[in-house]
Amino acid sequence: MHPAFSVIFLTTLIGVGQGMFLALFTGQSYAAAHFLPAQDSTGFFGIGSLIALLFLVAGLVASVFHLGRPERAWRAATKWRTSWLSREVIALPMVMFFVFVYGVMHFMEWDMVIFSTSTGVTFKLSLLVGALGSLAVFTLFLCTAMIYAAIKFLQEWASPLTIVNYLLLGTASGFTLATAFSMYTAPDLVEFYGVWAIIITIMAFVSRSASLIRNSRIKFKSTIQSAIGVRHNQIVQKAQGAMGGSYNTREYFHGKQALFLKSIKWLFMVLVFPLPIILLSAGMSSSNAEVLLVAFVVQYVGLMAERWFFFAQANHPQNIYYQTV
Amino acid sequence: MTQLALVIDLNVCVGCSACVTSCKEWNTSGPAGFMSDDNPYQAEPTGTFFNRVQTYEVGCFPNTETIHFPKSCLHCEDAPCVPVCPTGASYKREEDGIVLVDYDKCIGCKYCSWACPYGAREFDEHQKVMKKCTLCVDRIYDESLPESERKPACVLSCPTSARLFGDVEDPESEVSVAIREEGGYPLMPEWGTKPSNHYLPRRKQHLHIHEDELIRADNPLKKEERQPSGPVDAPTLDDSTSW
Repeated sequence: MHPAFSVIFLTTLIGVGQGMFLALFTGQSYAAAHFLPAQDSTGFFGIGSLIALLFLVAGLVASVFHLGRPERAWRAATKWRTSWLSREVIALPMVMFFVFVYGVMHFMEWDMVIFSTSTGVTFKLSLLVGALGSLAVFTLFLCTAMIYAAIKFLQEWASPLTIVNYLLLGTASGFTLATAFSMYTAPDLVEFYGVWAIIITIMAFVSRSASLIRNSRIKFKSTIQSAIGVRHNQIVQKAQGAMGGSYNTREYFHGKQALFLKSIKWLFMVLVFPLPIILLSAGMSSSNAEVLLVAFVVQYVGLMAERWFFFAQANHPQNIYYQTV
Repeated sequence: MTQLALVIDLNVCVGCSACVTSCKEWNTSGPAGFMSDDNPYQAEPTGTFFNRVQTYEVGCFPNTETIHFPKSCLHCEDAPCVPVCPTGASYKREEDGIVLVDYDKCIGCKYCSWACPYGAREFDEHQKVMKKCTLCVDRIYDESLPESERKPACVLSCPTSARLFGDVEDPESEVSVAIREEGGYPLMPEWGTKPSNHYLPRRKQHLHIHEDELIRADNPLKKEERQPSGPVDAPTLDDSTSW
């Protein structure tokens, strides 16, 4: 497939926003159970939600560039019964809504205790909003990934690993951002977020590597024989039905050398996993916010390369009809 | 149930591209608007087509065979491009099984084209919507045309009658009979899309001559120049045996 930058930005940016929100909610849940010290509602949770929301909005803006007719985008919410894309179109504003409400509640300190236990654990309304928001976040991760995993003949994508990867990679980048953010606003939580960012990054490394191994061994179901229905093992295409290329030759081919593809693969394998882990550990041990911020930027750039590779690696069966591209 | 479809006979197609040009001519002047082209008269011409003819060479020289392969939307019975559409612009008609795009609802997200294993859909770079073969839906029901012309433009234009059009659900229709009796097959059956359009394979006539057909087995003297013959008025061997 030809990687579209609008979709690369969309999926990576909302991944960061979703992960950041999950990090904030995890922090508040732990604090409610007294596993972590409570943080400043306005400065930490309010601003943190704003940052998460900005990433989500940026992703939404990027997605508009993918559409030929963005003025009709509202129609995309109608076929949620059958289309994962439609479900994503509904889930994304839902997430943004919950992040917004969660952020406003914290920023304005509009909150109330729903109940508290005798051990002093208080369950606040914002925690309920956060839980609903987290549910929306997981739904959005599922919808985004299923857009790709649901196309069964794009065999590189049609795997549960696609869903695991989207979930873990997005969450990892969000937790890395939360680590850097907490260095500025809540130094108590740096270690908590940093360690989780490292753990999730390692988990993402395992699942992404698993999908790379799986994809390198794919046996493609469609062949030129099944595509044109001629049983002969020597078939050469002589004409593609177009002289100057067509939509079919532009949309489904990345047009890069195999070496370029391979270098992008190794680039993201370094930028997304080991380098951020090293930078996170270094930033945590030296309490250096800049290093943590660099860890996030490096991981984000790596994720863009990862997403580029994700699209470029997918081999659409229609390419069989365009052998001489 | 009706499922309109094309049957394309690869045994007859000569790759002249008459179907391509007549398709483009009919549909670019149709009510759905033009099918845009870029650089039509320059070096790298490109544009939107519903139908393209590709050419494949099968085998190794000197035993090669050229196959011209017209490719358009197959109007799958279980069309994977329809459920993925987020707006419902891509739909399959209940009454005749034609898969269509509502150009007024399409947002141009291209997801349907990703979901088509055949690459049958093309994005119009100027109208910014997805386009595909309509089986000339604006023509086949047009009662102002004589009945013989109520067929897709490609079918009417084919000089070798390589394209048949009809209802593949009706077992007695011309297309069903052709599929059943001439070995019609669907493309990429492995994906379970159940394409309605079928292709008829190359069919060759071979003359099989046995050795004993070259040498007259009933010539007792094994002399070709001497015909076994009796009296002129007696029945000959040809009257009593067949070979």
